[in-house]
Amino acid sequence: MANKRVDQPTGTETVGHEWDGIEELDTPMPRWWLWTFYLTIAWALVYVVLYPAWPLIDQGTEGVLGWTSRGQLAKDMTLADQAKRSVGEAIAATDIEKLPGKPELMRQAIAGGRAAFRVHCSQCHGSGAAGSQTLGYPNLNDDDWLWGGDLTSIEYTIANGVRQPEGDDRRQGEMPPFEGVFDTAQLTALAEHVLSLSGKAKPNRVGAQIFADNCTSCHGSNGEGDRAQGAPRLNDAIWLYGGTREDIARQVLRPRVGRMPAWQDKLDPVTIKMLAAYVHSLGGGETAVARGADPAAKVDEQP
Amino acid sequence: MNSLDPQTPLNALYEAKGTVHNRRIDGPFRRFKWAMMIVTLAIYYVTPWIRWDRGPYAPDQAVLVDLVHRRFYMFGIEIWPHEFYFVAGLLIMAGIGLFLVTSAVGRAWCGYACPQTVWTDLFQHVDRFVDGDRFARQKLDAAPWTWSKVARRAFKWSIYLFIGFWTGGAWIMYFADAPTLVHDFWRGEAAPAAYITVAVLTLTTVTLGGFMREQVCIYMCPWPRIQTAMMDEKSLLVTYKDWRGEPRGSVKKAEKHPGMFGDCIDCTMCVQVCPTGIDIREGPQIGCITCALCIDACDRVMAEVGRPRGLIDYATLEDCEAEAAGAPPRPAWKALLRPRTIAYLLIWSSIGLAMLFALGARSHAGLSVAPDRNPPFMLLSDGSVRNAYTLRLRNMATRPRRMSVSLEGLPGAAMWTDLTERADAARSLAVTVPADSTRSVRAYVVAPAATPQSEFSFAVTTLDAARESQRVVTNFETPTGERP
Repeated sequence: MANKRVDQPTGTETVGHEWDGIEELDTPMPRWWLWTFYLTIAWALVYVVLYPAWPLIDQGTEGVLGWTSRGQLAKDMTLADQAKRSVGEAIAATDIEKLPGKPELMRQAIAGGRAAFRVHCSQCHGSGAAGSQTLGYPNLNDDDWLWGGDLTSIEYTIANGVRQPEGDDRRQGEMPPFEGVFDTAQLTALAEHVLSLSGKAKPNRVGAQIFADNCTSCHGSNGEGDRAQGAPRLNDAIWLYGGTREDIARQVLRPRVGRMPAWQDKLDPVTIKMLAAYVHSLGGGETAVARGADPAAKVDEQP
Repeated sequence: MNSLDPQTPLNALYEAKGTVHNRRIDGPFRRFKWAMMIVTLAIYYVTPWIRWDRGPYAPDQAVLVDLVHRRFYMFGIEIWPHEFYFVAGLLIMAGIGLFLVTSAVGRAWCGYACPQTVWTDLFQHVDRFVDGDRFARQKLDAAPWTWSKVARRAFKWSIYLFIGFWTGGAWIMYFADAPTLVHDFWRGEAAPAAYITVAVLTLTTVTLGGFMREQVCIYMCPWPRIQTAMMDEKSLLVTYKDWRGEPRGSVKKAEKHPGMFGDCIDCTMCVQVCPTGIDIREGPQIGCITCALCIDACDRVMAEVGRPRGLIDYATLEDCEAEAAGAPPRPAWKALLRPRTIAYLLIWSSIGLAMLFALGARSHAGLSVAPDRNPPFMLLSDGSVRNAYTLRLRNMATRPRRMSVSLEGLPGAAMWTDLTERADAARSLAVTVPADSTRSVRAYVVAPAATPQSEFSFAVTTLDAARESQRVVTNFETPTGERP
């Protein structure tokens, strides 16, 4: 190296180069910085041995601890599942109609149902469970139920779905299309009569006659509906497919009916129970009516 | 800084100095420093062990920062996270309190009460206990590393570690029930945070108190800089009265040439006893923490040589000038009262009073209301309209309380919850809220079909002797979307 010398004013050695009279001071690194740097090297060496580090051709080095981020996730998920297990077992051991009698368990079921609802149900029913009138997804917050609003019925509906070809026949009711059956005047009179059931129009004799001949077998003589067939109530303020005359006429001519997957194929009974508790808790839930004649309404609870 | 020393760069911000081996001294200020050390250390170590009965639903530790449950207990006061402004108020009071103390007695905080000062003092006493006084320590420092020196150092540093460990150990007691934590700590069952905190505080205590000492005050602490801006000619300082002391000369010289020398006999006792190793005779400086040990030393020397005390003394620069001009010395306590000090005192105490008033007047029951936004309203089959709200009832009392929640306004309306049904709907409902916690209640409010979009309130009242209550105004949304 060229002439290294100590720069007098600063007391620092120069690097030994000189460019047109300009010299560079060889200021040493601060020691704390150097030691931190050496420490990071030591740390890196230890880390490389313990943890996955070097990428190789097929996969990286594994590290002697055997740690993987997937393994970490699996461990965390297992821990979370274990934490939930006791609640899940308690819910599984409780008949759904008994849940309201255990407020703490009910609260936990509702909370679990709320989470499951966001994942499995909100795509159609909306994150607030308000459904959609244009798309025909029922609102679950209100007190109008197509298939029954008590805990047992809601659980049954979720488990078996609605109008599933291979499902059991208790959620199968369809409305036949009436296209070509009525002329325009008859259709108008019928729509008018349907609206009159909830007091939104004046009753008329022609419509009443058509209704009595064609509709009462499912919707009831006063439009009170029939939950056994999923026939909606027509004498209330809630309309699944719209409540104007045009909406009603269209629904008579070319009825739309909703379908829902049978969730017992995809979800475990505890989740279905929690979903039922959540839907029931949205404000429109009904008290279970004891229906001795209907043992099929029970779902097998054993997982 | 010596600019001729080629090893010290001109722009160096740090002056490498040897360890300060301050000499033992006795005197009123030293005794005051002892008392302050005992009081402050006692407060620090004993406080977490004071018990305070709050009944079966709250911890019985007098001072507890319960991070897990987010509660802050201080004797009869309990603070919830949403009341953190009380802590902010305390910090403001602490800040203004420092201004107040500085304005009245200068850097008294630095000299007597600052933890750095107290622990440095403690570690210096350890040095003296193990290695002897100033000269013995200086000699040992310079001595080669013999086995006896190694043994002495090992013994001293293990005392350092012991002090550091107890410092960290006492700190964590403020964050959990102290007896339980001690038990868990020694059985290895305490939270990792406890061990990490103790380790970190042991390290910082040993480093800052055992080795860095005065360098923390001179190079790291912002407070001397802030105080520099707050000092004026009326601030109380530890001052060397140079008009009286200069020129310096030994007693012998003074006897030989009477009238030529000042009172300072240049014995350097003031430098030897200084815990930050400065020479006060160079004038006020950032390294002076005004602990006044040099006053003790100088007064003692002056007494021995038969000259009046107070060559180094607490005085303001203004008084010094007056004294130099021939006025009689003004007692130091007269510097305490001045408009600035009184102004700080007024601000400080009014913040304290305002906080006390706010603490006394606060309600121990509360309600917050969050209306559902999705969906904002719900049409029911009979045409009536329903809104849903999430109510959060707050019970800050340390016992479970029953509270009634009722509707005010909204004629014809009724409510029920997610655990009941519409058949149970009523204008009010009663809820039991556990001690010292909140409880969330989902409320469905239903109003008749013709109800316009309007405001109404939820009112919560505790069903006990206190009858604390709170009203929260909220909106009732309807499909019409029009406000009256």
